Amino acid sequence: MKEKLVLIGNGMAGVRTLEELLKLAPEQYDITVFGGEPYSNYNRIMLSPVLAGEKTIDQIMLNDDQWYADNGVTLHKGKWVETVDRARRVVHAGDVSAHYDRLIIATGSYPFVIPVPGSELKGVISFRDIADVDAMLHAAGRPGGRAVVIGGGLLGLEAANGLNKQGMDVTVVHLMDSLMERQLDKPAAELLRTSLEAKGLKFLMQAQTEAILGAGQVQGVRFKDGLEVPAELVVMAVGIRANFQLAEKIGLHCERGVVVNDTMQTFDPRIYAVGECVQHRGQTYGLVAPLFEQAKVCANHLAHIGIARYEGSVTSTKLKVTGIDLFSAGDFIGDEHTESLVLQDPGRGLYKKVVLKDNRIQGAVMYGDTIDGTWYFELMRDRTDISDFRDSLLFGQAHLGDSGHGDDNRVAAMADSSEICGCNGVCKGEIVEAITQKNLFTLDDVRAHTKASSSCGSCTGLVEALLAHTVGGDYSQSPAKKPLCPCTDFTHDEIRTGIRDHELKHMSAVRTYFEWKTPDGCSKCRPALNYYLLCQWPGEYQDDSQSRFINERAHANIQKDATYSVIPRMWGGGTTPQELRAIADVAEKYSVRMVHVTGGQRLALYGLTKEQLPQIWGDLTQAGLVSGHAYGKALRTVKTCVGREWCRFGTQDSTALGIDLEKMTWGSWTPHKFKMAASGCPRNCAEATIKDFGVVCVDSGYELHVGGNGGVKVRATDLLCHVETPQQVLDYCAAFMQLYREEAHYLERTAPWIERVGLSYVKAKIVEDSASREALTQRFHYAQQFAQDDPWAARAKGAEAHEFVPIKQVS
Amino acid sequence: MNQAQQRVTDTEGWLEVGRIEEIPSLGARVVRTPAGDIAVFRNADDEIFALRDKCPHKGGPLSQGIVHGRRVTCPLHDWKIHLDTGLAVAPDEGCAARFPVKVDDGVVHLSLAADEGCPDR
Ligand code: SRM
Ligand SMILES: Cc1cc2nc3c(=O)[nH]c(=O)nc-3n(C[C@H](O)[C@H](O)[C@H](O)COP(=O)(O)OP(=O)(O)OC[C@H]3O[C@@H](n4cnc5c(N)ncnc54)[C@H](O)[C@@H]3O)c2cc1C
Ligand code: SF4
Ligand code: FES
Repeated sequence: MKEKLVLIGNGMAGVRTLEELLKLAPEQYDITVFGGEPYSNYNRIMLSPVLAGEKTIDQIMLNDDQWYADNGVTLHKGKWVETVDRARRVVHAGDVSAHYDRLIIATGSYPFVIPVPGSELKGVISFRDIADVDAMLHAAGRPGGRAVVIGGGLLGLEAANGLNKQGMDVTVVHLMDSLMERQLDKPAAELLRTSLEAKGLKFLMQAQTEAILGAGQVQGVRFKDGLEVPAELVVMAVGIRANFQLAEKIGLHCERGVVVNDTMQTFDPRIYAVGECVQHRGQTYGLVAPLFEQAKVCANHLAHIGIARYEGSVTSTKLKVTGIDLFSAGDFIGDEHTESLVLQDPGRGLYKKVVLKDNRIQGAVMYGDTIDGTWYFELMRDRTDISDFRDSLLFGQAHLGDSGHGDDNRVAAMADSSEICGCNGVCKGEIVEAITQKNLFTLDDVRAHTKASSSCGSCTGLVEALLAHTVGGDYSQSPAKKPLCPCTDFTHDEIRTGIRDHELKHMSAVRTYFEWKTPDGCSKCRPALNYYLLCQWPGEYQDDSQSRFINERAHANIQKDATYSVIPRMWGGGTTPQELRAIADVAEKYSVRMVHVTGGQRLALYGLTKEQLPQIWGDLTQAGLVSGHAYGKALRTVKTCVGREWCRFGTQDSTALGIDLEKMTWGSWTPHKFKMAASGCPRNCAEATIKDFGVVCVDSGYELHVGGNGGVKVRATDLLCHVETPQQVLDYCAAFMQLYREEAHYLERTAPWIERVGLSYVKAKIVEDSASREALTQRFHYAQQFAQDDPWAARAKGAEAHEFVPIKQVS
Repeated sequence: MNQAQQRVTDTEGWLEVGRIEEIPSLGARVVRTPAGDIAVFRNADDEIFALRDKCPHKGGPLSQGIVHGRRVTCPLHDWKIHLDTGLAVAPDEGCAARFPVKVDDGVVHLSLAADEGCPDR
């Protein structure tokens, strides 16, 4: 018999837990749900747009009756659970009861009503559920209606905006002297008030409600100072309180909410709790993002996987009033120990403030232009040291370098037909439609359904902004802890550390140790683990070719028509007549369809079949040519200019230096591709300042540059240091490459890696600490012993022959 | 059944492909036929599957993809295809034709007549 699971509370957190559970263990439980409201599960967040007439109730349903039926879930709508018999494990709701083996409490919260005289009058409404919205829309239906909204916080303002759009005359009453004081500082709140006034809202600040007037039906509100404001509708939006009455009644430990541990268990191990009713590590939450994280963890334990932990969330705020962009997160007020960076442009209605402590973001508040909200939020959550880009922090995550969409970043203002994802040709309209039609909440969902941001990822910021904008409010941010892939809950860093500290030397050992959810991983984690093992245990780990992407498995680049390209190395961009002749001969002999001069200073042969590869390599090998690794997450090219040997400006022999660099580093596998260049003078003809490692020769020696990137998002290098001899260039290069090899995440180029860990960190390891540098250099050279083995020569001689021929040919 | 097929298959229509070990575990090999390539996959549990070597997305060679569980990830744009049904993993839509396979005494046999259900394009 299946175990029985009962959910009390058919709301956003509870049902999300079921969804997560059904993904993990669809057959494990017989599930029964009790919901106090007479509806199936809907998106409570969207009640604001419904009130504003921008959406209908139908459009905000998340799971209809069919969903419950399809998943074998019994739903008791409109059934309020009165009590739970914990000894017999039975839930009672009027005439219905249900037995459970495990129970989830997700009873949400209830709106707080200030206990003034008249608060029970007809026409005094809170803003929590569909019934409230119905009541408000009903009141708004009468012409010339007047409404008072008590509370100038998020909910109050969204209610006021909605009623205003429904044609009511709305006055917002607030106890404090500034709106949304918990989410905004004064300047931002002022801007907000000005824009809301322009929309027709009236405000009474620092006004204390004394009584609600009327007999039976509300007629107005009186304040402490004697002022009376007439109204037929009073909306109380002064705050919410966790709804733990039921939990308390049945004897579960409660404080400001039902107290749970990191696995979302209450003090009764059979009973879990999630959502707004919960108190976790002293915190309660009132936004969906943390609740969805809780849901994930709870589901993980219900499915008996038992490894997830909820460790609390950092949240951010947005207001869902069309045409108003504001964002805030963390501590944006600051104190004597913090510093504030402020950008104010009253003419354009812009305001941005970032609060720093020890060069880490404590909080941010912005008004008018919130596109960088997600970025600041991420930096804050990850506690990133921002000293390296502090001077440009306020200007945002310079999207200007992105190829493909220029500076067209104002997602809200973009036309539906604007292309967001250049790789997959996905337009804004398609993404918005997918988000609303399929009720998507996370970046991963959008990726799966639209493919946007699933390729090069440069549009991730735009997609996140679109999500935030469309879902409104706080969509589910990618969790603070980013697992390597859906097969595991552990991060890249945790796994790398585990591989090292626990001497895991085989992929299956890693999967066992970290309790992988899949038996043999997926196409995302297998290549990553293969690299991590290879990097950690050079000479010991046996490379797993079936865990390599086809290009690396076949040592050639696959093309759209399943042919391959071949690019031999041309050391430092130099070549000889003999090499050129060999390439020309091969091109003729195998009827190569195109010879192309690559962007990396070498020649590429296109349109070859897989069977031809070993023979071609055989011919090239004879002429002394080796694999150029143009297909690998590995050292690619080292571009050089002609330097001092020829050029009238050259200061050093950049060509010879480039060749030495390439001879030292070729064959090395890296987290992502690694490109280098050496220029003979600051005119920089080899474009060294957009390479992973670039050398610019100067009269006094060599400037070493790191973390450059040409591709999707252009990033100029950071200056690492200045050195005096070619040998030093080689040593620093080896050390830098090794640090990157050991610490970057798989598929992270040096540019995002340096932005993540900070240039100062890299300098500390390589420039300031010579012992650390020498150790890195040594580890690099040790690993190179095993890596510098030309894969083409081996395959030309017959290695891995099965890779290149069909198993059977039928004529 | 056309003439070429008659020549290579036995009376029941099975073509002998080779021994199971000739296909790398978590990998694939190609059977080349006049009607196009067929990819024969072997997963970690030594289950054998055969699909038309053409991704339903843009025709990528599935045999060159990474095999995991009962799925293969297409090398061109990362679609995942169910090896047992040939269907693309949702939310992608499409399917690659499936061919019957059997293993006798470690020898893999393949039928060149695609299963019903998914058009063999
Ligand atoms: C062959 C070449 C184009 C050419 O014919 O000139 C090329 C071809 C490809 N590039 Fe490139 N890139 C080539 C130089 C470049 C350069 C220029 C350079 O190296 O100086 C860049 C920008 C510089 C940089 O990387 O910082 C470049 C930035 C990219 C990117 C974006 C990388 C990024 O970090 O943003 C990708 C996508 C990726 O790696 O994920 C990419 C990916 C690709 C792939 C491998 C796409 C793929 O995954 O199949 C292309 C394979 C085409 C093929 O059919 O072989 N290619 N690619 C160039 C080979 C150079 C070589 O000799 O090895
Ligand atoms: C108008 C509005 C706008 C919002 N905007 C945002 C926003 O922009 N961003 C954001 O992140 N969050 C927003 N929120 C908050 C968000 O909706 C809540 O955080 C979320 O819905 C809480 O989920 P929950 O499952 O804990 O509670 P709920 O969704 O409230 O679900 C609890 C359910 O349990 C039922 N219940 C309670 N007790 C019992 C019982 N004894 N028996 C049976 N059923 C019971 C209730 O009827 C309710 O349906 C908004 C909320 C409102 C009201
Ligand atoms: S070679 Fe590079 S730029 Fe050209 S199409 Fe391919 S990935 Fe894009
Ligand atoms: S061709 Fe297979 S994913 Fe595009």
